[in-house]
Amino acid sequence: MNVKKRTLKQKRAALGIVFILPWLLGFVFLFATPLIQSLHFSFNALKVSPGGGYTLDFIGLKNFKDALYVDPNFNRLLTESVTGMAWNVPMILFFSLFAAVLLNSKFTGRPLARAVFFLPVILASGAVASAQASGLIQMTGSSEVAQELGLAQTGFDPLIVVDLLAHAGMPDLLIDYIVDAVQRIYEIIRSSGVQILIFLAALQSVPHTMYEVAKMEGATPYETFWKITFPMVSPLILTNVIYTIIDSFTDSSLTRMIYTTAFQSQNFGLSAAMSWIYTFVISIILVVVGALISRRVFYNT
Amino acid sequence: MKAAAMKNEKVTVQLYKARNITTGALWSIVRYILIIGISFVIVYPILKQISVAIKDKSDIYNPTIYMIPVHFTMENIRLAMDILHYGPLLRDTLLFVVSTTLLQAASCALAGYGFARFSFPGKNILFTFVILTILIPSSTLMVPMYLHFRNFDVLGIVHLFTGKEGINMLNTYAPSLITAGLANGLKSGLYIYIFRQFFRGMPGEIEEAALIDGAGGIRTFFRIMLPNAVPPIVTVLLFAFVWQYNDTFYSSLFMSQGNLMAIKIASLPADANQYLPALLGVGGGTNVKADPNHVSMLVDTGILLAIAPLILMYLFVQRYFVESVERTGVVG
Repeated sequence: MNVKKRTLKQKRAALGIVFILPWLLGFVFLFATPLIQSLHFSFNALKVSPGGGYTLDFIGLKNFKDALYVDPNFNRLLTESVTGMAWNVPMILFFSLFAAVLLNSKFTGRPLARAVFFLPVILASGAVASAQASGLIQMTGSSEVAQELGLAQTGFDPLIVVDLLAHAGMPDLLIDYIVDAVQRIYEIIRSSGVQILIFLAALQSVPHTMYEVAKMEGATPYETFWKITFPMVSPLILTNVIYTIIDSFTDSSLTRMIYTTAFQSQNFGLSAAMSWIYTFVISIILVVVGALISRRVFYNT
Repeated sequence: MKAAAMKNEKVTVQLYKARNITTGALWSIVRYILIIGISFVIVYPILKQISVAIKDKSDIYNPTIYMIPVHFTMENIRLAMDILHYGPLLRDTLLFVVSTTLLQAASCALAGYGFARFSFPGKNILFTFVILTILIPSSTLMVPMYLHFRNFDVLGIVHLFTGKEGINMLNTYAPSLITAGLANGLKSGLYIYIFRQFFRGMPGEIEEAALIDGAGGIRTFFRIMLPNAVPPIVTVLLFAFVWQYNDTFYSSLFMSQGNLMAIKIASLPADANQYLPALLGVGGGTNVKADPNHVSMLVDTGILLAIAPLILMYLFVQRYFVESVERTGVVG
């Protein structure tokens, strides 16, 4: 028999394949096949027949041309999601690192603070978040009333900040950025739950001895942060950037548009073409960002 | 001379001490302000929703009310529950979410272990594919998956035996259960990654000892490795549960008419508009319109009801939530 002759190594290999078999099956039938099919669909006009099947009509690059040149919204939404992502990622990253450092220091009531800070992880996805956002607007019925109430209630005038920063001699773009961050603080906090969690885990893994040495040598907390904490967590910055980028894309208006193109306009081929353009853009961004950051990252090995 | 110098030194040390204490105190004050401020931003919407949920209808137009209503009532909660059919809805949602979560955790644990502890030809390429499943947006797979489950037929087996077209699985639990069971569901790649990172960190001696004592690979996994893998299991179960509960993408793709919380909440404003007059007993004609403010009150209450199970769960498990992520070794 063949089985008897197999070495231990081969047996282990076979066992390993047994363990990943469910995933492998799923990958082949639920990921690779649909992926190729989707690429195939994007070059065809797809018609769903009422019985359950569908027919394909090869039309070449027409779907891609339609998406880029004919559809009135696709280009706009694509650029919007990309620029929105580029605008948001630094904010989220900065805030989550800041929050993680804050939560990592010892103080009374830390468990409570942690519990509150991670609440967004639970509430910040999909239906609940969007319903919540619309709920806040709807709270008072009409948007006019909401605006008036908002003005009356917040009493915070962003112009004060703008003025202050402008007098301090900051460039305009930076001022815009900071003011925008302040005004959308809820949105930023909401989307940085997982990132805080990852940074916090990274901070916990920094060896204590390093901080002790730094203290002995007379480093100020500021220096300690930039010379020890920051380099030590820098590999996780890459992870977090990639996570944030993917996360921002899973819930973007473009995804919703691709969805409605397929299931409301019943234009499956166009939808597949759109999603492929989208995937292509995302992969370019991920590769560029990954290459840029990983060169600067410090690995403590 | 000497005494004076010593006295001087003592004074400087005391001054340093005083400075340290003041900066320490100032820093902790600033820290508390920051933490309380950020916490307030996070908790505020929930507080506001609670305040709206217990507010009576007559308080809507009272501008003097801030957060705490004058007339308390359970009416909103009762109406929102009626409109959502909350009891059966919650039961169905939990059944669905719990079953997919368990399947997903199981299949991802197996795959993670396989990738972490065995070497077989093509392992690295296959693991690259796992990462690929994390990176490729799900909208790319949406159309083929939809058509696939609309006409479910693995390699034409169904067609071969019955001569009919495949089975329409849409609006059943099957598509989600199948994707979860085969470790290709919502964010499965991430869970496989978490399990792999954890199992890689476990000492190899444990497995060797088990092997010498006569346990096979599968038994080693279930009796030795899995009981030790509590942190990643907790992490994955929590995340899978929460994300599945909140997911609108797959649920609206596969079960657009399903009785799921995420779907019902999305259509709640419309439902409330439609059914509210009838529930209040003012007649159900098309001319009867509900007060939009009252509707939005009910929508808020409905959202609160939808997130209530999550918040309740979070109150009990948030401790593990933070700890387990730290111990999982995602970072390493």
